[in-house]
Amino acid sequence: MELGGLRSFKGLPVRQPPAINRFLSSAPVSLVIYCLIVGGILYSSFKGAQAMGYNWQWYQIPKYIYSYTDNGFQFGELMLGLWTTITLSSTAFILALAIGFLVAFLRLSGLFIGARVAICFLEFVRNVPLLVLVYLFYYVLGPVFKYDRYTASILCLAVYHSALISEILRAAIKAVAQGQWEAAKSIGMSKVQTYRYIILPQSIRFMLPPMTGEVVHMVKSSAIVSVIAVAELTTLGQNIISDTYMAFEIWFTIALIYMFVIVILSIGASQVEKRYTVIN
Amino acid sequence: MITKTPIIIFQNVDKYYGNFQALSDISIEVKPSERMVICGPSGSGKSTLIRCINGLESHNYGKLIVDGVEIFEGSKDIIRLRQEIGMVFQQFNLFPHLTVLENLTIGPIKVRKVSKRQAEIMARKYLGRVHIPEQAEKYPSELSGGQQQRVAIARSLCMESKILLFDEPTSALDPEMINEVLDVMVELADTGITMVCVTHEMGFAKKVADTMVFMDEGKIIEVAPPDKFFSKPESARCREFLEQILEH
Repeated sequence: MELGGLRSFKGLPVRQPPAINRFLSSAPVSLVIYCLIVGGILYSSFKGAQAMGYNWQWYQIPKYIYSYTDNGFQFGELMLGLWTTITLSSTAFILALAIGFLVAFLRLSGLFIGARVAICFLEFVRNVPLLVLVYLFYYVLGPVFKYDRYTASILCLAVYHSALISEILRAAIKAVAQGQWEAAKSIGMSKVQTYRYIILPQSIRFMLPPMTGEVVHMVKSSAIVSVIAVAELTTLGQNIISDTYMAFEIWFTIALIYMFVIVILSIGASQVEKRYTVIN
Repeated sequence: MITKTPIIIFQNVDKYYGNFQALSDISIEVKPSERMVICGPSGSGKSTLIRCINGLESHNYGKLIVDGVEIFEGSKDIIRLRQEIGMVFQQFNLFPHLTVLENLTIGPIKVRKVSKRQAEIMARKYLGRVHIPEQAEKYPSELSGGQQQRVAIARSLCMESKILLFDEPTSALDPEMINEVLDVMVELADTGITMVCVTHEMGFAKKVADTMVFMDEGKIIEVAPPDKFFSKPESARCREFLEQILEH
């Protein structure tokens, strides 16, 4: 719109929002408020730590991340823990996806028994706290089926997340229009063919956003297996703290490492989403 | 009239949705190459009737035989039989994640196990038949409603079926696109394929129908050849219905 055209408007100018709103939402004021809050938190924790005579030893941290000695470059304990976290969560996620598909198809199958079995499974998993599931899989099922703590943690995380994943899959499959089923049937496709060529390709765009959220959730909830001493990031952090008493530095560092990994995952996830929203 | 064994036979068919009776005591026959047009007010069961023919709905009582095979829920023959029955829907139901060409070839390739090359040759032939050969590489969402419905018709032609079912194929179209679809349907009618159409397009019906059927409240009220059907329908309800839709 050219400026000269402004004069041709016949309507009165719309009333401005109240001055207090304009003041609070202006950029400099927002920035000041933000800095005050963050600074306040940092300052008070620093102050509090000083008051309790906390001995900050940040210089100790890098060796837990990597070291460079005569033997060459080596990853530190925390990085080894992170690697376990990553392999643990990805194995558990793949397994969870498989169980999730099974449960979702059972529920959608229309088989009376299949649907009931799936619902019982879902209700059980969803209504038991994750921590209790961990204990159940390690202390009860572990001795019964003779598996180690690493396997227990994978199974537990997989089962817990498969319940959530199966609901995502079911919702995504249901979100595909009923007419697609009818069209596929009318050209003679079997149920399996219809899922494979028509329904699943279309439901991917419905399942991707919540599914990427589930990946992030999985990485975060993997920390809970530290209660059965699986050597992942959180457990190793605890071990280092009990050796060195550097609770503040280590927990800050671990939080940052998780955050770093999850931010990377989220960026990857939004890339994948972009790719799949092209379909109309 | 044609004297061959009927390709579709309804014998005293009833269909219930819970307590609601959608079809009651339907008995009718369609002969090979016959072109039947079914009309009637909405909720009269005409869509249900046509959807029973390829097993998208299952009837509760009576007998339904299509191409010599009895149809019932869970029948193993239905999937094979559906290859012989093309269907065109009110809402087109094209596969939005596939191009026009893929929409047409996926049935022949995956179901009939035709080679990809052959399927594409056939698909292009039928796209020509529905007058949109140039749209093969596009996605359905890039086409107008009329073009989408013509793709849907080509898709069912690609299965080289014996029977074509049309379930209100022009009801979801903008008025200016109705004729392009009807023209294609008139051309199809001349090829000798068996057609069962649910439609309110009476001009089309007059042009192509061998048999007119009027339904109301789940029953078949009147069956007649078009000249008799439009000039002197026997039942009062049918007369009333025709007056209402022919008024404009």
